[in-house]
Amino acid sequence: MSFPWAAHYAPKHPLMRWLDERLPMPRLVYNAIGAGYPVPRNLNYFWNFGVLAGLALVIQIVTGVVLGMHYAANGGVAFDSVEKIMRDVNQGWFIRYAHANGASFFLAVVYIHIFRGLYYGSYKAPREMVWLIGVVIFLLMMATAFMGYVLPWGQMSFWGAQVITGFFSAIPVVGEPIRIWLLGGYAPDNDALNRFFSLHYLLPFVIAGCIILHIWALHIPGSNNPTGVDVKGPQDTVPFHPYYTAKDGFGVGVALLVFSLFLFFMPNALGHPDNYIPANPLSTPAHIVPEWYFLPFYAILKAFTGDFLWIPAKLWGVLAMFGSILLLFFLPWIDRSPVRSSNYRPLYKKFFWVLVVDVILLGYLGQAEPNWKTVLASQICAGYYFAHFLIILPIVSMIERPLPLPRSISESVLHGEDEESAPYGVADASHAGHGPAPQPAA
Amino acid sequence: MATLDQTDLPPGEAPPPEHGLRRRDWLNVAAVSFAGVGAAAIVIPLVNQMNPSADVLALASIEVDISKIESGMGIKTSWRKQPVFIRNLTPAEVASANKVPASSLRDPQTLAERTKEGKQNWLVQLGVCTHLGCIPLGIGEGENKGPFNGYFCPCHGSAYDEAGRIRQGPAPKNLVVPDYAFKSDTVIQIG
Repeated sequence: MSFPWAAHYAPKHPLMRWLDERLPMPRLVYNAIGAGYPVPRNLNYFWNFGVLAGLALVIQIVTGVVLGMHYAANGGVAFDSVEKIMRDVNQGWFIRYAHANGASFFLAVVYIHIFRGLYYGSYKAPREMVWLIGVVIFLLMMATAFMGYVLPWGQMSFWGAQVITGFFSAIPVVGEPIRIWLLGGYAPDNDALNRFFSLHYLLPFVIAGCIILHIWALHIPGSNNPTGVDVKGPQDTVPFHPYYTAKDGFGVGVALLVFSLFLFFMPNALGHPDNYIPANPLSTPAHIVPEWYFLPFYAILKAFTGDFLWIPAKLWGVLAMFGSILLLFFLPWIDRSPVRSSNYRPLYKKFFWVLVVDVILLGYLGQAEPNWKTVLASQICAGYYFAHFLIILPIVSMIERPLPLPRSISESVLHGEDEESAPYGVADASHAGHGPAPQPAA
Repeated sequence: MATLDQTDLPPGEAPPPEHGLRRRDWLNVAAVSFAGVGAAAIVIPLVNQMNPSADVLALASIEVDISKIESGMGIKTSWRKQPVFIRNLTPAEVASANKVPASSLRDPQTLAERTKEGKQNWLVQLGVCTHLGCIPLGIGEGENKGPFNGYFCPCHGSAYDEAGRIRQGPAPKNLVVPDYAFKSDTVIQIG
């Protein structure tokens, strides 16, 4: 869908006209990311992160397929085959580091993408489906990243596989059979490594399919914007191309600079040194921690140390960890406030930043040694995480008195900016001056 | 609808109102059910191929010579690709383990229930934390034995006592005692 004022695709070249009548692919692209898709004119740089996530997926698929040409998914040789990639394959070190750091890059931009949605209420009606598909993509990403980390068959790979498949053994009755089914044995071994390779190859393409649905669902209502106010007319939007293709292109350039810093100057900064030790099934490293992007959830898992209400601590931890993500599926119905953007929600805004700090703290506690201080702190932080969604949000959305919203996107853009008071598409709006901006012509 | 049971109505009489299942409905249900059974028959092997294969299931038992393990020492060996802890408890450790009332434990078991009769000092158990499967520290010389002088799992901080019983942390069960038997005074067979 698009707004009625969207430009129409009009192929000029005879070949394009011929194609348009038979398979209108260029028309589809034009309406999806070309001039045929009008986008709110006030998007800030936080709206770059969707494109960056798409870029990260492309980096991962391309480097991943290449690595698959040299990697051997067999417990006896997997570690050596990765070292062969590092030493012998032409530029293999570059491709491997790009893939490993690419996963961190992917999760980092997706976390910012998620918190953008939380801050600006991008999950609210009519964009619930965009949010729900996004949470599915997030779960798939974590599963994919986990299985990819197993493949080098280092110490962290092996023990990560042991612990994460162990989550399933917490399920009563069917849990242990599920764990054995996942591993194809009683402990991680060749069969587990082999199937993780197969699934690690498969899932990115499932993610790509979900991303198509994600974008499709987004394009029905169109993009949200920092005011959270609906688009009211042509003066509120600019065509995606060239305005946002250019802005996204600039963002991609900056992001690739940051990515290159990690890739070329500190490729191991985000990894764990123990994964340079080949897997040893008879020794767990004394300081085993998951990858940084799992740490907040890992801290929630570790926070449950005592049995409670007939449910063992182990099951509590696993339920809480999965629950902390599954909770997000219900967010559009938990937050009942009709105001989307936190810019106009003074109370919600405070709790939003407390949640950000809480998640960062959880990340810190996830890698801390378990002692009574860190366990108590992670219990408080985990408790707050759930309280934020289950208690604070419903209450805030009931009692909060939002600030006055701008009447339109163009009004919020023009407010107090004399020099730029000639909005695109509105000829008669020059020199509007301070105070209320002119109402849209239509 | 001109189904068989309606064709012999007397002329001019309205057909009876629709009620219950028609024979065509039954055909629909049967066809869909049959397709469902067929689909399930295809899914079963696709799921079952991931269960342990024949070579993994062919698990031999192993024999371990324990004659060199002195009192207070322990060894780590491998069985079914999992570590097994074999420990020769000192009399002090046996006494300390027996002092704890079993009913006060999360997974109540006495040391006698975890060892063979008359061999209470020989503790044989899987070195796999019952939480999420890491190998607890404590069997090797100088390793962190945790607050209960037994085993300490570094992954999530579970602590076990001298007898491998869970005392603190998220693990739900005591360390698992596998099937084993004394072949002689110095050889045990695991599995």
